Amino acid sequence: MSEVITVASETTQRNDRTVFGFWVYLMTDCVLFASLFATFAVLRGNTFGGPSGAQLFSMPYALTETLLLLASSFTCGLAVLAAQRRRKDWVLILFGLTFLLGLSFLAMELTEFTHLVHEGDSWRRSGFLSAFFTLVGTHGLHITIGLLWMVVMMALVLRRGLNSDNVRKLALLSIFWHFLDLIWIFIFTVVYLLGAIQ
Amino acid sequence: MIASIDIGGRLSMQALQHNWVTNLGILSMVAGGITLLLVLTYFKRWKWLWREWLTSTDPKRIGVMYITVALVMLLRGGIDAVMMRAQQATSVGAHHGFLSSDQFQQVFSAHGTIMIFFVAMGLMFGLINLVVPLQIGARDVAFPFLNATSFWLYFAGGMLVNLSLAVGDFSAAGWLAYPPLSELAYSPGVGVDYWIWGLQIAGVGSLLSGINFVVTILRMRVKGMDLMKMPMFCWSVLGSMSLVIFAFPILTATLTMLALDRTLGMHFFTAGGGGNMMMYVNLIWAWGHPEVYILILPAFGVFSEVVATFSGKPLFGYKSMVWAIWAIVLLSFSVWLHHFFTMGAGADVNAFFGIMTMIIAIPTGVKIFNWLFTMYRGRIRFATPMLWFLGFVFLFTVGGVAGVLLAVPPADFQLHNSLFLVAHFHTMIVSGVLFGYLAGLTYWFPKIFGFKLNERLGKYAFWCWAVGFSLAFIPLYILGLMGATRRLDHYDASMGWQQLFIVAGIGVAIIALGVCFMILQLIVSIKQRAANIDKTGDPWNGRTLEWSTSSPPPHYNFAIAPEVASRDAFWATKQTGAAVNKHPAYESIRLPKNTPLPLAIAGFSFICGFGLIWHMYWLAVLALLATITCVIVRASAQDNDYRLSAKQVEKLETAERGL
Repeated sequence: MSEVITVASETTQRNDRTVFGFWVYLMTDCVLFASLFATFAVLRGNTFGGPSGAQLFSMPYALTETLLLLASSFTCGLAVLAAQRRRKDWVLILFGLTFLLGLSFLAMELTEFTHLVHEGDSWRRSGFLSAFFTLVGTHGLHITIGLLWMVVMMALVLRRGLNSDNVRKLALLSIFWHFLDLIWIFIFTVVYLLGAIQ
Repeated sequence: MIASIDIGGRLSMQALQHNWVTNLGILSMVAGGITLLLVLTYFKRWKWLWREWLTSTDPKRIGVMYITVALVMLLRGGIDAVMMRAQQATSVGAHHGFLSSDQFQQVFSAHGTIMIFFVAMGLMFGLINLVVPLQIGARDVAFPFLNATSFWLYFAGGMLVNLSLAVGDFSAAGWLAYPPLSELAYSPGVGVDYWIWGLQIAGVGSLLSGINFVVTILRMRVKGMDLMKMPMFCWSVLGSMSLVIFAFPILTATLTMLALDRTLGMHFFTAGGGGNMMMYVNLIWAWGHPEVYILILPAFGVFSEVVATFSGKPLFGYKSMVWAIWAIVLLSFSVWLHHFFTMGAGADVNAFFGIMTMIIAIPTGVKIFNWLFTMYRGRIRFATPMLWFLGFVFLFTVGGVAGVLLAVPPADFQLHNSLFLVAHFHTMIVSGVLFGYLAGLTYWFPKIFGFKLNERLGKYAFWCWAVGFSLAFIPLYILGLMGATRRLDHYDASMGWQQLFIVAGIGVAIIALGVCFMILQLIVSIKQRAANIDKTGDPWNGRTLEWSTSSPPPHYNFAIAPEVASRDAFWATKQTGAAVNKHPAYESIRLPKNTPLPLAIAGFSFICGFGLIWHMYWLAVLALLATITCVIVRASAQDNDYRLSAKQVEKLETAERGL
């Protein structure tokens, strides 16, 4: 009997560690983005005769991206609620929806990038554009990792169902996804909104 | 279109052509490698190596591997140092020494990079792995898989740096690779790329370790050990690892940006195209200054343990020690600009950073005085670890005073990039960081291997280091004041510097003798291990929990979780003479299984780095995909642990006690 209790409390402690460790990791990611934001802020005006943010960015476009990502965060939140209630079908549907929304966001971002490169405004054009592509691209890379993680998790849920291990991993994935949302809000503000009024 | 893919990238036979100095280095590396392979094959140790070490997730094993790699890298970086001193002692006037300017630049770049990233960091993480779980009464670290991955990433980064000696060349842009020199326009070769990817891979490992140990210390302390009862080494590690968490992402971002400049033609730090090279210098020091505190804090922690143990007294001013650590942690993020007062940020900015820098001397001084007061009226035993401490206190204070002098911006304008600066930071890092970790190695060696190191040879090594260090670096202070700048491969005879450079060279020769004594000490100690065996688990009359278990400790560290009611818990137990329970109630213990995945992840990262350096992008992409696959395999794996039943634990324990 005591053996069972020990094992159970060990597992609880381990899960607690994992969640705490994941928050610490997110903090390090925050610092990574802070460095990129700082660089962007310094290089924002260094257009080197090239276009500035105000000339390049389309506000309705960036707003659509933002809404897509916010919607994906909402469905992600619902998916975690469904996971806690062990509703496997809903988990798959809602994470599937989150995946599609995230994918659309990524597609929009890549379309914007391709468009800029075709117009001759690639990252080689100026310090400002280097900083822009890197900051926004790093967020995009994180989104890509999040999408990959989602695929792996959905496969695991399909194969092994909603065991406590999978539910815990889904919760971590959702924290990651919300974190990326938060970073995007800063990007939307600092890069696009402040860029438009420059 | 397939034909247009360039399979070899920049790599050609030219990369393998070197002059005699480099060839000698390569030859010794290859010979060393072959000898190692032959020895392993001859003694049929491959299976043992794979099972017990390469796939191990035991922090004690990982710690030993860290330290082994770091000591080998110390030899490599030390040879670089000898070469520099030999060059500067002889390359005067008409004589031009044995190194070309370009070689000399590669040598000092490699020396700095190796000593900081692969020696100091390796020794630090090694000791942390060995000691922290034991001191907090834990059976493992929070994330054993991640811990093994950290080590192998560190190893992969170090191997990339070493590979640069044989295939291509290394960075000639200094240990921090300031742009625009490190940009493609001025360093078109692969050297800077080796530097970038070697550090990037090792740096990610350090970052993961930082997360791991913060969680370990905050979440896995044994029952009864609240924060203010932790051993001081654990406090210093917590401070240091918190700095890792906040500083290393800045390094990751900065290195990435430099790599993007060099490979994708971006303009972050380029001289033209709207780049801002001072942004790089700010970013790299926003990581770099905390980095020196990352290195020194655990060394301070070692000294706190050593002084208390060898004075037979509790550490003086425990609480002030804790506050001093956290004051240093906070202040270390507000001083980075003192590395480039000459940037011209203006008097106000320079005054702010100058004052903040001077303020950091206060908590450091608190620690020095606490150690001295711990010794006051103590029963001091002058064992080798204590000698390292005494050498440290004297030299470190000298270096610290020089640092406060450098913190005054007008003085710094004179001394910037002079040998005075070189002497200052070597005093801090050699007599602070290195002496600290060498003291720690001697102190904890019997815990890990079960026998003590030879004391006599250890003392010889110490005296060689202390005297050699003073002879090698005091002349550099004087040379700096005379106007000698750093990184000179040649100077005019009329400067009158040669005598002092020769004295410095003699100093390095004495240090080299010290290194020989250390190697000899290791060999002699292993041969005479029966005479120096430690059966008690407590060879120094220690105070903290690591001495309460056997030497070497079992895989699970403690069969029964130790009880803690006060600071210096083990000392307290010894004082009250609490009886050892002969028939304790053992419980089952969960331990992580061995896994080759960390090794694979690091191996693929190494290949990915190699591909990026040589512009073999197909290889880099393949290796990256392989790394991701490894991570997914691990993420979806079940049963990563095994369980020792109470019966098995009891069996192991009775065998250990010889009952």
